Amino acid sequence: MSWYKRVKEGITTLTSEKKAVPDGLWHKCSRCKKTFLSEDHQKNCYVCSNCNYHDKVGSHEYFEILFGEDFTELFENIYPSDPLGFKDTKEYSKRLKESQEKSGMTDAMRVAVGNLNADMKLVVACMDFGFIGGSMGSVVGEKIARAIDYARENRIPLLIISKSGGARMMEAAFSLMQMAKTSSKLALLGKAGIPYISLLTDPTTGGVTASFAMLGDVNIAEPEALIGFAGPRVIRETIGKDLPKGFQSSEFVLEHGFLDFIVVRTDLKAKLSSLLHILMKVPANQLSN
Amino acid sequence: MSHFDFEKPIQDLIEQLDELTKVHEKGKVDMSSKISELEQKILVAKKEVYGNLNGWQKVQISRHPERPYTLDYIENCFENFIELHGDRTVKDDKAMVGGFATFNGQSVLVVGQQKGRNTKQRQFRNFGMPNPEGYRKALRLMKMAERFNIPVICMIDTPGASPGLEAEERGQGEAIARNLYEMSVLKVPIICIIIGEGASGGALGIGVGDRVLMMENTWYSVISPESCSSILWRSWEHKEKAAEALKLTATDMLANKLIDGVIPEPLGGAHNDTALTYQTIKDTLEKELALLNQKPIEQLIEERIHKFSEMGEFIEK
Repeated sequence: MSWYKRVKEGITTLTSEKKAVPDGLWHKCSRCKKTFLSEDHQKNCYVCSNCNYHDKVGSHEYFEILFGEDFTELFENIYPSDPLGFKDTKEYSKRLKESQEKSGMTDAMRVAVGNLNADMKLVVACMDFGFIGGSMGSVVGEKIARAIDYARENRIPLLIISKSGGARMMEAAFSLMQMAKTSSKLALLGKAGIPYISLLTDPTTGGVTASFAMLGDVNIAEPEALIGFAGPRVIRETIGKDLPKGFQSSEFVLEHGFLDFIVVRTDLKAKLSSLLHILMKVPANQLSN
Repeated sequence: MSHFDFEKPIQDLIEQLDELTKVHEKGKVDMSSKISELEQKILVAKKEVYGNLNGWQKVQISRHPERPYTLDYIENCFENFIELHGDRTVKDDKAMVGGFATFNGQSVLVVGQQKGRNTKQRQFRNFGMPNPEGYRKALRLMKMAERFNIPVICMIDTPGASPGLEAEERGQGEAIARNLYEMSVLKVPIICIIIGEGASGGALGIGVGDRVLMMENTWYSVISPESCSSILWRSWEHKEKAAEALKLTATDMLANKLIDGVIPEPLGGAHNDTALTYQTIKDTLEKELALLNQKPIEQLIEERIHKFSEMGEFIEK
């Protein structure tokens, strides 16, 4: 028996009405607890201007940061199914339905094409952690494959924003094979000479790290993101020791040579733009933000 | 030889048979009719047990300590094997072996994960869990095979890529990803055979090929049943349920079009009649290599990429 009895219902907000970023007038940084005007926080790309903490945001915010309003979403018509009739403590089909209602998304990946600048188009495939931990199932793989094909056929550079716990167990081997599928499509993109930038955000682990996320012509990451193959808990259990401070952080991965640079979110658009202008050989004097 | 619980009915009969044979050999009583009757019973029991193995039982057989490993296949199915070591960057990974050999007179490259048979060997081989340098060694050899136009044969048998501090420092994720990328466009035929355990990215890291085959009593999935149980059910006890749910057996994988074929094993598993196992592998390789050798490489690569592109189930509205 508990000591206190709940008189009122708990949280009554429908999850579907919840937003990844609170819409109030004030925003309180979840790390340094400093408060800012929400509007300013949004303008600062959801980065705390005091402690540089990068809020975890999703495709909605990234599209806004990179394109403003000027983009077209692609492949919206692809929905997940339950190929194995998977059931653990809950049926996968039910999990999917709940996640869709909760997040308002169809699966953990959205693709858009838009103008990064007046003279630079970009295809962006962005993962959403809010949908079953950003896990990679058939839909994520298929959308990435189509985004790559789209970039290759239209000769537009590609950015994939990773944010994922890894493979989606409920799709078992189907999920595993998305690693091979996306990687083989990237090999074709590479042969066609179209640049692919991989942006790794907090967290990027498992099968996503072991496929497209590590295969960018240029691999970049947001500061202090968790990036690794095996999860920290698994490694801790395997070696039976605590992990060193900063292990598997963006800075650690950069230091070991697997990232090209770390980019603060507020600089993302400008940095991408200048990099792509060089790689796509578009004269820099045409650069306009 | 060690036995599993589900093999007990067979073992009981075999013990009875042994005793009967002893009595018979003493020469006092003629037991020959009883003996042949019992032998018949054993055969029926074997077919009954081994013909109806569930997912978890197949997982157990795939891990049988006497099951042939990569180096056993290399020794018994190929000639003139020369092992090559090292990734040319960090070190030589003992959990991944590879080298050139001949098969029916044709040059081939064989790479595969290697497990150990006793405690010392198991540690030496890191339980068949490669580090990044293992995947990079495999890729180095595959690129060499491509240079000399030699087909590649991958033997997959791993409980997963090694999780550890050094593996992360040296980019386990990047190493596996790079192999997937390079193997999908490698300009020589690739045959992959799951000979034991096919656990996740650690297996797929040498698993992109023109023909991906599973031996009858092996498993291939995104996670082991034990880890799946611990994550989704939050306890290690649901491994049997997890094994069923993951649809990780060769027959399930073929039905889901995630592999290209199943290689039959002797009754009860590859270890029960290794001579027959090696012969089956040789016959399979002969047939598959002949088929792949006929095709122009551009066509092979296109079909290889197409095959993996088709994997996945979703609804298009």
